[in-house]
Amino acid sequence: MTDTIKTQFPLLQQKQNGKPLVYLDSGATTQRPQAVLDAVKHFYEQDNANPHRGAYELGERATAAYEGARAQVASFLNAQKEEVIFTRNATESLNLLAYSWGLHNLKAGDKVVVSILEHHSNLIPWQQVCHAVGAELIFLYTGQDGVIPDEEIEKKITKGVKLVACTHVSNVLGLVSPVEKIAARAHEVGAVMVLDCAQSAPHLKLDVQKLNVDFLAFSGHKLYAPLGIGVLWGRRELLEAMPPFLTGGDMIDSVREQDATWAPLPQKFEAGTQNAGGAVGLAAAIRWIQSIGYETIEKRENDVYRYLWDELAKMPHITLYGTPEGQHCGAVAFNVEGVHPHDVSTILDADAVCVRAGHHCAQPLLTHLGLRACCRASIAVYNTREDVDALANSLQKVRKWLGYGT
Amino acid sequence: MELEQIYTQIITENSRSKEHKYAVKDATQVVEGVNPSCGDEISLQLRVKDGMIEDAAFLGDGCAISQASANIMIDLIKGKSVKEAEHLSNLFLGMIKGEVTDDGQLDELEDAQAFKDISHMPARVKCAVLGWHTLQDAVTKAEKATS
Ligand SMILES: Cc1ncc(COP(=O)(O)O)c(C=O)c1O
Repeated sequence: MTDTIKTQFPLLQQKQNGKPLVYLDSGATTQRPQAVLDAVKHFYEQDNANPHRGAYELGERATAAYEGARAQVASFLNAQKEEVIFTRNATESLNLLAYSWGLHNLKAGDKVVVSILEHHSNLIPWQQVCHAVGAELIFLYTGQDGVIPDEEIEKKITKGVKLVACTHVSNVLGLVSPVEKIAARAHEVGAVMVLDCAQSAPHLKLDVQKLNVDFLAFSGHKLYAPLGIGVLWGRRELLEAMPPFLTGGDMIDSVREQDATWAPLPQKFEAGTQNAGGAVGLAAAIRWIQSIGYETIEKRENDVYRYLWDELAKMPHITLYGTPEGQHCGAVAFNVEGVHPHDVSTILDADAVCVRAGHHCAQPLLTHLGLRACCRASIAVYNTREDVDALANSLQKVRKWLGYGT
Repeated sequence: MELEQIYTQIITENSRSKEHKYAVKDATQVVEGVNPSCGDEISLQLRVKDGMIEDAAFLGDGCAISQASANIMIDLIKGKSVKEAEHLSNLFLGMIKGEVTDDGQLDELEDAQAFKDISHMPARVKCAVLGWHTLQDAVTKAEKATS
């Protein structure tokens, strides 16, 4: 059966060892549809120049392509253009926040709250800024099921908390966090709320007017766009009050020997020549997503996600982590009894099935769950039930390779 | 690379062996090794006396390849001199890098030759060398302690 979404992804048409490639690592990075590849190619073949720097027609076309991409992202998020900052990825967006907002707004004795679910990218920047200013880093813990209980939110987000940073969707367990409750509580105590949308943007419609957060970050490459382009969105008044993160070309108003003044938003945060080709690719990815629609995406993905969970849950010697309850997207984490995740991934690879093995850049979460490492299968809109069948078939062979009877 | 070449009987059996998994009594060197890509850690423990490795063992969890490699390594170095252990580790790492290919030379590595083809799987090389790199650290420390 040909799938009209999958066929738009050239990479997914290949075979490995004579077997169709089964890509179940979209949580790490997605593949790109032809429409995105074409848009990037068109930019470099027709419109490339240094955006904001060339006072000639080609330069103006490059600027228009880059600023057009910003407008596309802004409408995607239901935000204003000036509030959309292009970065390299979610990691850079979060570091920008930690160093620019964090270093200037946090002081000794303040509290910062993150959840134990965080990817290292939304943990280490806060950890380091807390070290630097003498603030305290506090964790929202989950139960063994990966869910943050309401009491935890009440108990930990209290007076003295200046910032709460939380992932929208866990990159390991695929669980959607109780963002509404966390954001409401954060604002009740006067804290700024940061949402890491790296794992939610590909699956859930993001609307900054409804999310009730102050900043959000995501990476283009997990959203069908090229590598090397990411987004930070922030409330205008907060961004305006922040000092620049990186300094240099393009982000200035005027420069004298001993000092300088900054360009208005968003240029203030975009130092140096920007990845215009990547931004154009991201805009194309957004148009592609919108042409399918989040409703369809959610419907398709929920079906495959449920099927994935149920198929693995049926298999002997497989342990699933997290819970089937509640809203999920993307990732399912599991282990095969007696087999290290790296061996599982090597054995699946022989059947051209790609899953990730390791700590998934979430070591504190794994430690909290009592794990060193696990396997993760993660899906995107192009995955089908056939991909899940291929995974399940291949998983059945794993223990035999390591000398177990069954 | 075919799975048959990786998950051989030598490797799967060694990966599950508990023979060399314990804390060495009165250890003179305890050295931690980490594979940052997966977070696997081993603790290599030696008791060295007069330049000889009287006892050697390791603790930690990891994949079949890292566990089998460490187990075979301990088999090889126990009872040998620190100098010999150093020589064997150089030989093993030379084999993995493809610098030593002569079968006659590699014979000394006995069962550890089972990892010869791992260089075709770049993602797993770090697993195979974890124990041996840790051994090199331990050897350097043992030599410092006596000089
Ligand atoms: C939840 C989450 N946050 C942040 C990141 C960092 O993304 P990037 O590596 O693209 O900066 C990831 C990527 O794996 C992620 O899953």
